Amino acid sequence: MKSHLLPDFIVERLEDRCNRCGVCVKQCPWGVYSWNDDKTDILIDYTKCVGCQRCVVYCPNNALIVKPYYGSYRPNAYWTKEVISDIKKQAEQGGVLLVGTGSDRPYKVYFDHILLNASQVTNPSIDPLREPMELRTFLGRKPDQLEIEIRDDDIEIKTELYPNLVVETPILFAGMSYGAISKNAFLALAMASKEFGTLFCTGEGGLPKDMREEYGPVAIVQCASGRFGVDPEYLNCAAAIEIKIGQGAKPGIGGHLPGEKVTAEISATRMIPEGTDALSPAPHHDIYSIEDLSMLIYALKEATNYEKPVFVKIAAVHNVAAIASGIVRAGADVIVIDGFRGGTGASPKVMRDHVGIPIEMAIAAVDQRLREEGIRHKCSIIASGGIRCSADVVKAIALGADAVYIGTAALIALGCTMCQKCYTGKCAWGICTQDPNLAKRLNPKEGAKRLVNLLRAWSLEIKDMLGGMGINAIESLRGNREHLRGIGLEDWELRVLGIKGAGE
Amino acid sequence: MIKPRDDKDFQACGLFGVMDRSGERFNGKMVVEAMKNMHVRGNGLGGGFAVYGLYPEYKDYYCLHVMIQDWNEDAKREVDKFLDANFDIVHDEEIPTNEDANVVNPPLFWRYFVYPQKKGDDKRLSDDDYVIKKVMYINTKIKDAYVISSGKNMGVFKGVGFPEDIAEFFMVEKYKGYIWTAHSRFPTNTPGWWGGAHPFCILDWTVVHNGEISSYGTNKRYLEMFGYYCTLQTDTEVMAYAFDLLMRRQKLPIEIVAKILAPPMWDIIDHMDEKRKKLYTTLRMVYAPLLINGPWTVIVAHHGEMFGLTDRIRLRPITAGEKGDLLFLSSEESAIRAVCPNLDRVWTPHGGEPVIGRLNEKALKKVVE
Repeated sequence: MKSHLLPDFIVERLEDRCNRCGVCVKQCPWGVYSWNDDKTDILIDYTKCVGCQRCVVYCPNNALIVKPYYGSYRPNAYWTKEVISDIKKQAEQGGVLLVGTGSDRPYKVYFDHILLNASQVTNPSIDPLREPMELRTFLGRKPDQLEIEIRDDDIEIKTELYPNLVVETPILFAGMSYGAISKNAFLALAMASKEFGTLFCTGEGGLPKDMREEYGPVAIVQCASGRFGVDPEYLNCAAAIEIKIGQGAKPGIGGHLPGEKVTAEISATRMIPEGTDALSPAPHHDIYSIEDLSMLIYALKEATNYEKPVFVKIAAVHNVAAIASGIVRAGADVIVIDGFRGGTGASPKVMRDHVGIPIEMAIAAVDQRLREEGIRHKCSIIASGGIRCSADVVKAIALGADAVYIGTAALIALGCTMCQKCYTGKCAWGICTQDPNLAKRLNPKEGAKRLVNLLRAWSLEIKDMLGGMGINAIESLRGNREHLRGIGLEDWELRVLGIKGAGE
Repeated sequence: MIKPRDDKDFQACGLFGVMDRSGERFNGKMVVEAMKNMHVRGNGLGGGFAVYGLYPEYKDYYCLHVMIQDWNEDAKREVDKFLDANFDIVHDEEIPTNEDANVVNPPLFWRYFVYPQKKGDDKRLSDDDYVIKKVMYINTKIKDAYVISSGKNMGVFKGVGFPEDIAEFFMVEKYKGYIWTAHSRFPTNTPGWWGGAHPFCILDWTVVHNGEISSYGTNKRYLEMFGYYCTLQTDTEVMAYAFDLLMRRQKLPIEIVAKILAPPMWDIIDHMDEKRKKLYTTLRMVYAPLLINGPWTVIVAHHGEMFGLTDRIRLRPITAGEKGDLLFLSSEESAIRAVCPNLDRVWTPHGGEPVIGRLNEKALKKVVE
């Protein structure tokens, strides 16, 4: 069938710069560039271009420009090019439209409608270059109070404590499975976590045996609906266990890793036959209600001798506050809330773009509900899904989160350019692929260095913002909505966020 | 009368506290003189005094100092009715004031000596918790009525004016106590709100505070989980509730509480021996929402004890002095020397290090029992 689709991108070659070296042919996995028959010229088929910019960055002569295809249909504010193209694609293929990464729709970004406070005159700002500025964060359940026994010079804590995790910055790496991403990308996340003093989540693809000893202590191992790679050693080698109920990019549905990506090593790690599809059911088939979740939480705690905090990750959906309250009562130590901007390696476009609620609203609602019920200290909250910069981190924490997960931002640090083609397995940057030729493009050591740099840069910026507010420890920002003001928000939005408007 | 516009206020202040650790009571002359010496630390928008050992003749009864804004007769009637229904009122009277004092628009002040009459579910509460519950009711539910102190054998006198004017208005030099704390206020807003003056009081706990708490939102929302609702719209209220929660309800000593409100830096904790490291780490982990951040100094008192504490990096001043049984705490050394020139000892405590004055044992028996 002849395709009616317009191209997405166009490639412009600066002929006076190009010397036909052929790097572009080698770098592009999409088949845009090819040699002519006698290898004297390079042909360009820009209709195949996804805009990943790999060729542009690696062209030694800076001879390439990749830009959005500017030809379009008659302008129409309702029947946009995207709408028309989607219909044409479905008419040609008859299937669900697949996409990668978080939603790109122009919904209101609440982070961009919140401004931060700073000290002037009545209290001093604190200079992070001269004074300590503390970002250390504890994740896990806290007791109602401490009972302390003092005998002469000896002080003893009588209260039994729950296991907590320590991170040196309130930024952790979100679950991205080995399988969805390459071993090198996975390894880079693990190495960076270890170096910086934070944690990474394995996602649902297990943790390769050869990584357990070294990176288990900085891993949050996931137990998802497919139960891939879950065994006692996996659970016990980790810092914490995360039960994944939902994902912001596709709330309410499961996952599907195509058999082509299930290589020998992935097959061993996930404990499924090589080359078979790895299907994660939409629900956990042993969790049809909250009491079932509680049983799984305690089964995992039993299996790990009550030494590890158990996380429960849910997508931010309409009744997120009530659901979160139930999860705390079910025994979770940490709740991860994944907003509708959360990333994915593959999701039906319709789910990604139309299901869920913004993370800012979800965090504010959950934090407020747990406080009203007097159980906020019984769990930590991790905000996930669409955290783009250090200011987003600060705003999420001031709204009520203990820490954040970053996924997309971490992948961008590794090279990702948000071309949204993760589901094809042809990632030109070696991140979202199992093709050994592509995966080797990502050097885990260099990747880890980029990730550590990102964490350091954001942490420095967070310290600047804290110091400006006259705060020298991150815990004094948590839930401190006094330091936030809304701009361009309606009354109901301010009310849900629990913040005042600018100038109020 | 103008109520404050913001959730919290922004201020710098002068603080003074003096305690006779032998339990000997003395009149308010000394503390007023000291506050006069620090006149410039206030701007005439708030002054107040807390006195311990104030009402020995009624020492077994809670004494409620109630402020009736705008002399609202309905509010007074409602308070009378509410107290009558929930307490035995042993004695009540208008707090005597001096009409010639230099203050503007003073509200009505009334004091009630009461004994709890618990009914129904309230029977499960301790006397103290019962009183707190009823005080919270008056403060939040009865318009124009505010309980400004609620302890036994103690009381708070405060209002809008320089401390010396407030002293004259309430004639505090006629009262005697073994602990006096005082406050002079320099708010940048909230003019004319008598309830916003210090000391702030719940039961027999009083706080005078100099500072602006940058962790206010975090602290406030944590305390709300334990039933404390900030109604007076000052940072100081947060301080007072934090002390009440940690010291009275959770029974932690001030030495530990100081390390919760103003903990050492992680860098220091990480270099401690294992046992102390574990203690300090656990305190910070569990009580992170009660770290009081930003610049502050407090002088806190309750029966038998007065202490001073600053924030962890000491962004607001405090000086301590001793002369025999007398312990002084002050924003400025000059104020101490103005009333006691020949001190045995004078020192500046480190940030987060409490200076603690306690009654000696003999005195403790005399005063508390």
